Amino acid sequence: MKLSLTTTALALVLGLAAPALADIKIGATISETGPASFLGDPEAKTLKMLVEEINAAGGVNGEKLELVIYDDGGDPNKARTFATRLVEDDEVVAVIGGTTTGTSMAIIPVFEDAEVPFISLAGAIEIIDPVKPYTFKTPHTDRMACAKIFEDMKKAGISNIGMISGSDGFGASMHKQCLAIIGDYGIEVLADETYGPTDADMTPQLTNIKGKEGIQAVLNPGFGQGPAIVTRNYAQLAVGLPLYQSHGVASDGFIELAGAEAAEGVRLPGTALLVAGLLPESDPQRAVVVAYKEAYEKATGKPVSTFGGYAHDALRILVDAIKRAGSAEPSAIRDAIEGTSGLVGTTGTVTMSAEDHLGLDLSAFRMLQIEKGGWKIVE
Amino acid sequence: MPELLQFLLSGITVGAVYALVALGFTIIYNASDVVNFAQGEFVMLGGMITFFAHAAGLPLPLAALIAIIVTAGIGVALNKLAIEPARGAPVVSLIIITIGASIFIRGATQLVFDKQIHRFPAFSGDQPILIGGATILPQSLWVIAGALAVFVCLWLFFTRTLIGRAVLATANNRVAAQLVGINTNYVMTLSFAMSAAIGALAGVLVTPITLTSYDVGLALALKGFAAAMLGGMGNPKGALVGGLLLGILEAMTAGYISSQYKDAAAFVVILAVLFAMPQGLFGRKSTDRV
Amino acid sequence: MRLSSKATTLLILAAVIAIAPVFFPSSYYFRVGSLIFVNGLAVTGLVILIGYAGQISLGHAGFAGIGAYACALAPVHLGLHPALAAVLGALLSAAIAFLVGRPILRLKGYYLAVASLGFGILVSMVLSNEAQLTGGPDGMAVPELGLRAVLKAIGIDLSNTEFWYAFSGLVLVIGAWLALNLYHSPTGRALRALHGSEVAARTVGVDVAHYKLVAFVISAVYASVSGSLLALQNKFITPDVAGFMHSIEMVTMAVLGGAGSVLGAILGAAILTTLPQVLTVFQQYEQLMLGLVMMLVMIFMRAGLLPSIARRIRGRAE
Repeated sequence: MKLSLTTTALALVLGLAAPALADIKIGATISETGPASFLGDPEAKTLKMLVEEINAAGGVNGEKLELVIYDDGGDPNKARTFATRLVEDDEVVAVIGGTTTGTSMAIIPVFEDAEVPFISLAGAIEIIDPVKPYTFKTPHTDRMACAKIFEDMKKAGISNIGMISGSDGFGASMHKQCLAIIGDYGIEVLADETYGPTDADMTPQLTNIKGKEGIQAVLNPGFGQGPAIVTRNYAQLAVGLPLYQSHGVASDGFIELAGAEAAEGVRLPGTALLVAGLLPESDPQRAVVVAYKEAYEKATGKPVSTFGGYAHDALRILVDAIKRAGSAEPSAIRDAIEGTSGLVGTTGTVTMSAEDHLGLDLSAFRMLQIEKGGWKIVE
Repeated sequence: MPELLQFLLSGITVGAVYALVALGFTIIYNASDVVNFAQGEFVMLGGMITFFAHAAGLPLPLAALIAIIVTAGIGVALNKLAIEPARGAPVVSLIIITIGASIFIRGATQLVFDKQIHRFPAFSGDQPILIGGATILPQSLWVIAGALAVFVCLWLFFTRTLIGRAVLATANNRVAAQLVGINTNYVMTLSFAMSAAIGALAGVLVTPITLTSYDVGLALALKGFAAAMLGGMGNPKGALVGGLLLGILEAMTAGYISSQYKDAAAFVVILAVLFAMPQGLFGRKSTDRV
Repeated sequence: MRLSSKATTLLILAAVIAIAPVFFPSSYYFRVGSLIFVNGLAVTGLVILIGYAGQISLGHAGFAGIGAYACALAPVHLGLHPALAAVLGALLSAAIAFLVGRPILRLKGYYLAVASLGFGILVSMVLSNEAQLTGGPDGMAVPELGLRAVLKAIGIDLSNTEFWYAFSGLVLVIGAWLALNLYHSPTGRALRALHGSEVAARTVGVDVAHYKLVAFVISAVYASVSGSLLALQNKFITPDVAGFMHSIEMVTMAVLGGAGSVLGAILGAAILTTLPQVLTVFQQYEQLMLGLVMMLVMIFMRAGLLPSIARRIRGRAE
C-alpha cells in the first residue's frame, strides 16, 4: 500500500510531464511570486505577451515559439530544479530568467553543463564576469548604475555622500558594487545605513545621515516599497540634500508611491523606456520603447517598468539570434547571441562579443530627474 | 536631543503598527488558544481592498468600511471552514492550517487584485508636525490613536461586557462554558470577525505609511506575533506594550547601534525576556493538566 | 509473515529508492528525487523532535543554514575537504543546539514556537548581513564534493544528478535507520513518555529537560547534514536555506505526512517537494492550491497522511 502510494504520486508526475510537441521551445524561470515578484511579474507578463505577438506575426523562421515558464518564487533551490527540468525534461533550446542574482548564479552551472544558452535578467556583474560560454544577460550591471550616478555626482562637485541601502539581494548587491568603484570618482561614504525590505519607517537611519557633518548627497540602492518610504521619510525630515535613487525604482509607480511632492528633485539612472515620450524623434531607441510601452500597457493595464524591459530585450536578442542562426540548435543559438550586433532594445543598443556577454555601455543609461510628478532627462 | 526624540517617534509609529497586528491576535487566541498566522493577511486585505475600492471611485471612508466588513466576513469564513473542523488538533497542526490559510489568501489576492505595491492618501495630509526638533507625520498619529482606541475597546470588552467574559470563559474551559449556557460556536465566530476587522482596520490606518501589496502579510504577522509573545499572548495590555516596545527597540538599535542588526536586536531581547519570563511580560500563568 | 516495523520501513524505503529510477524518463527526475531525500533527512530529524518528543521548532532551517554554509566556508577558509566541512557543520549545529536548546526548551507551545523562530531568523540574518564572508543575499559558490570523480576512477560512471540521487538516498536510509533505532532505545521510550505528559514522565523519574535537549540536538544534526547535502549538490548557496519559509516547509512536510512515523514524514517530504512541480500546470493558481492542500490535510487527516490512511485501511480490513 505504502509503495503503491508513492508510485501513484510518481505516475502523476510522469503523466503531467509528458512532453508536448512544439516547433521552437524556449524556457523561462522567473520569480513571479515571492520577495522579487515586483521584478518578476512584469518580466513574465512581457515574455508571454511578446511570444503571443511573435507567433501571431508568423513566428520565427516560419516556426512557432513555445514558451515554458516556471515561477521559482525567488528561491534559488527551486530555480535550480526548474532549470534542470527545462533542460532535461522540457528540452528547451534556450532559457531566459533568473530574476535575481541569487537565482541566476544558482542555475548557471545547469546551463553550462548542458550547453544550453541562458540569458539572465539580474544585475550583478558576476553573472558575466568572468565570461561563461553559455551565459548572457540583458540588464546593465549594478556597477554601471553606480558609475552613472557617481559621474553625475562628480559633475555636481559632490565628494561626500551618505548611503542607505536595502538589505535584500538587489540593494545589497548594488551597495557592494558601488563601494567597489566609488574610489575611482574621489567620492567618500561618510554614513552607511541599511533597512530591511519590509521596514515601515527609515527616519532613524536618515536622521543619522542628516546629522553627519559634510554629507552633500544621499544614495539609496533598493527596489520595491523601501525606496518609496525612504523618499517620503526624506521629505518628512527635510534633509534638503540631493537624493539619488537606483534603476531599481525606475517606473512611474515609484512617483505614485512616494508622492509627487516628496519625489520632487530625485535623480536616478533610468532606461529610455521610462521617458519614451520625451525621446527626440532621432533617437534610435524611440521606436522600440514606444512600441513596447504601448503594447505592454494595453495588454496588462499596468505601467511599464524597467524590469519588463529586461525580459523584452532578452527575448528580442534570442529571437534575433535564432533568425540569424537559421537553426534552433542550442549551440548555433549561442554562437548567434554572441554575434549580436547593433540590436536596439529598451536598455540600449546591444553589441556582444566573445569577451562581452552584456554588450551595453554607460551611454544607454540616462540620468533622469523627477519634476512635478514626471520624468525629465538631465544631460 | 532631537535625534533621540526622532528615534522615539519613529519607534512609536512602527510600534503602533506592530501593536495593532498583535491586538488582532489577542481575541482569537483568547477564544480558542489558536495563534492565527493569517492575521497579517487580514491587515493586507484591509489595505488592498481599501485601495482598490478607492481607486474605483469610492470615497476613502466608505472604501475603508467596505474593506473592514469584507475582511471580517473572510475571518468568519476562515473560522467556519478551517478552524472549527480542526477543533482539538495539536498546536503544530493549527500553525500549519493558519499558515496554509495565509498562503491561500495571498494566492487569491494576487489573482483578484495584482502584485503591485499600492498606497492611498494619508487621512490628514503629509505635512510633518514638528515636535522639539523632531517630526512626525499626521498619519502616524492616526495609527497611534487607532492602536490606543482598539486597546481600550478590547480591555473594556474583556472586563466589562458579558460577551467578553464569555470569550475568556470559552478559552479557559470550553465544556464548562457550554455548561453554563455560553454558545461557544457563536463566541468563536464573533472573535474571528472581530480579529479580522481589527486587522483590516490596522491595514487601513498603516497603508499610507507602510504601503501595501499582496505579500506584506507574512512579515507583519511575524512581527505582530513576536510582539504579542513578548507582551504575553492573550492580554491586550501585553499586545500594546509588546508592540510599542518592539518598535522602539528597533528604532533605537537602528539609530544608535546598527541599522543592519535592528531586527536581530529585537529578537535577542524577545529571547532574553522569554528566558526570564516564559509567559511574556503580562502573560497568564497556566498549569499542566496531567 | 510479520516483519518488525523497523525492518519494513527500511525495506520499503530502500526498495522505492532503488526501483524508482526504472520509471524515470529524464534525469530531471533524479534531481527531484534527490531533493526529496535531502528534505526527507531534515524531516526525519523533526520526527525525533516533534513526533517522539512532542516539541515544536520553527527555526530548524537555521541549522540547515549552518550545515550549508559550513560546506561553503570551511573549504575556503580552513582548507577542509567539503566532506569534513559537513561534519564540522554538524558538530557546530550540535553545539549551538545544545547551548540554545536548554533555555528555549523550557518554553511551551507558542512560546517555544516564537523562540525557535527567533533563533532561525537570527541565523539567516547573520548569513545575509555578513556579506564579506557569506556573499550576502546573493549567496556564494560551494566546492565540489569530489566523490563522483572517485567513483568514476573505479569504474562507476554516474551523471551529476544520478550521483546525487544515489548518494542522498543512501544518506537518507542511514538517517532513517538511526532514527528508528533511537525509537526503540531507552532514550526513545523516555522521549515518548514526555511527549505523552511531561508531568507524568517527571513523576516516574524521567529527566525531562535532558531528554528534550537530546532530541533537539539530534534533530539539529539531521537538519545540518541535510543543509550540507543541499549545498554540495547545488554547488551554490544563498541565505534562503536558513529562512523562515524553509523552517515552515520542513515542519509542514513532517506533520503533513505524519510526524509520528519516519516513513510518513518522508512521504510528506516527497509530496511537498513534488507538489510545486506538479502544481506548475495550475500556473498562477499554484499558491492557492498549495495553501488549500496544507489546510485540507491538516483538517481531515490530523495524524498526517500516512498514519490516517493506514488507520482507514486497517479499519476496513477488520
